[in-house]
Amino acid sequence: MTIGLVLVSHSARLAEGVAELAGQMAPDVPIQPAGGLPDGSLGTDYDLVSAAVERADRGDGVVLLYDLGSAQMTAELVAEADSGARKLFVADAPLVEGAVAAAVAAQGGADLDGVAAAAATAVGQAGGPEQEFAAGAAGARAEPTAEAVAEPSRSAEVVLRNQVGLHARPAALLARSIADLQAEVTVTFRGTEVDARSVLALMGLNAGGGETVTVQARGADADEAVQRILDLAERQFDE
Amino acid sequence: MGCTAERLALALRAAAAVIAVHRDELVELDRAIGDADHGENMHRGFTAVVAKLVGGGFDTPGAVLKVTATTLISTVGGASGPLYGTAFLRASTALGDTSEVDGPGAAAALRGALDGVVARGKAEVGDKTMVDALAPAVEAAKAAAEAGGDVAAVLAVAAEAGERGAESTVPLVARKGRASYLGERSAGHLDPGARSTALLLRALADEAGAS
Repeated sequence: MTIGLVLVSHSARLAEGVAELAGQMAPDVPIQPAGGLPDGSLGTDYDLVSAAVERADRGDGVVLLYDLGSAQMTAELVAEADSGARKLFVADAPLVEGAVAAAVAAQGGADLDGVAAAAATAVGQAGGPEQEFAAGAAGARAEPTAEAVAEPSRSAEVVLRNQVGLHARPAALLARSIADLQAEVTVTFRGTEVDARSVLALMGLNAGGGETVTVQARGADADEAVQRILDLAERQFDE
Repeated sequence: MGCTAERLALALRAAAAVIAVHRDELVELDRAIGDADHGENMHRGFTAVVAKLVGGGFDTPGAVLKVTATTLISTVGGASGPLYGTAFLRASTALGDTSEVDGPGAAAALRGALDGVVARGKAEVGDKTMVDALAPAVEAAKAAAEAGGDVAAVLAVAAEAGERGAESTVPLVARKGRASYLGERSAGHLDPGARSTALLLRALADEAGAS
């Protein structure tokens, strides 16, 4: 299962830049920029977006993200004109944050709904991680069941032994390391608790190298989740 | 008398000619409250539509509208491309595979076009957009069709209502599209999208009435 992403922007360079950024965190996800007009000027082009969707689709579906005004219309029109031949979803999300969140979810093997949900939860993350977490953004996760809540939790203090701390790439590795687990996992730093599956929220903690964060997991595989994050930190995030 | 694919293709070629004649006027309207590209964009789009239609070979009016839609989407650009493209696409869907459009069919196609534009652009009547021309045209078309009007009668009242609707945009302050960036300064200008919609409706009505 690999969902593709198409980034619809008025600017070719903007789309390419966002694709580069999101691609660094999700190397196996087909991310196709679709920016600008064929002659290189600003605008959105239907045929360009259609072709990008074709390239991004591996058969599991494609999530389209857009920047402004007519980019949304073009993306929605491509989805409408496709009339069900492919699984397409136009995400109402900020382009950069949405693309990063969607890419990480897709890298973790989420389906179309999961990737779409991850993009949607990116709304407002730029403003601060607590806001995002308060909105109950669990990304592609299902709501925890009653039994899961009742199960014992595990927590650990994790020292960030790498140089840059929870910067973009390490944050993406952390989120991905637990993508396939059921446990609800949070990371707390200086009183701010965020969803461990949200790359942007993790980055928003500004936890630098040498700092210590608290990892808490709750649910069936809570032990496994915490252990994976401890291992990752021990390996200095493979730097 | 109904409207066949052949007749509709002719009417769209007439509409393209009208757009060509009014190209500079649309450019000037758009220069006042937009980015001065509406006339050029529409002219380019409808020139491409004519090139697609000239060979003929379309079985249904719906097929003619569909190729018009996809051509406009690919060639007009900006917001107008997706908006007009959606309008023609939904009109095509409303007609289905009927071989000859009657009065109620024409009214239904216009309704489909309006619903598509509203869904795509999220504009309402009073926002100073093409919806201000299209919405009253749809209402008038519905009434004429219910009164037993044929295609020519339905399109005639739609064109008239569309022209009045377009004129009604002059005092409005834009709430959607690029003109909305101007705020109060957008008042006092005819909306170029409403104007092009009214021009298209008039061209189709004149062609239908000429039969």
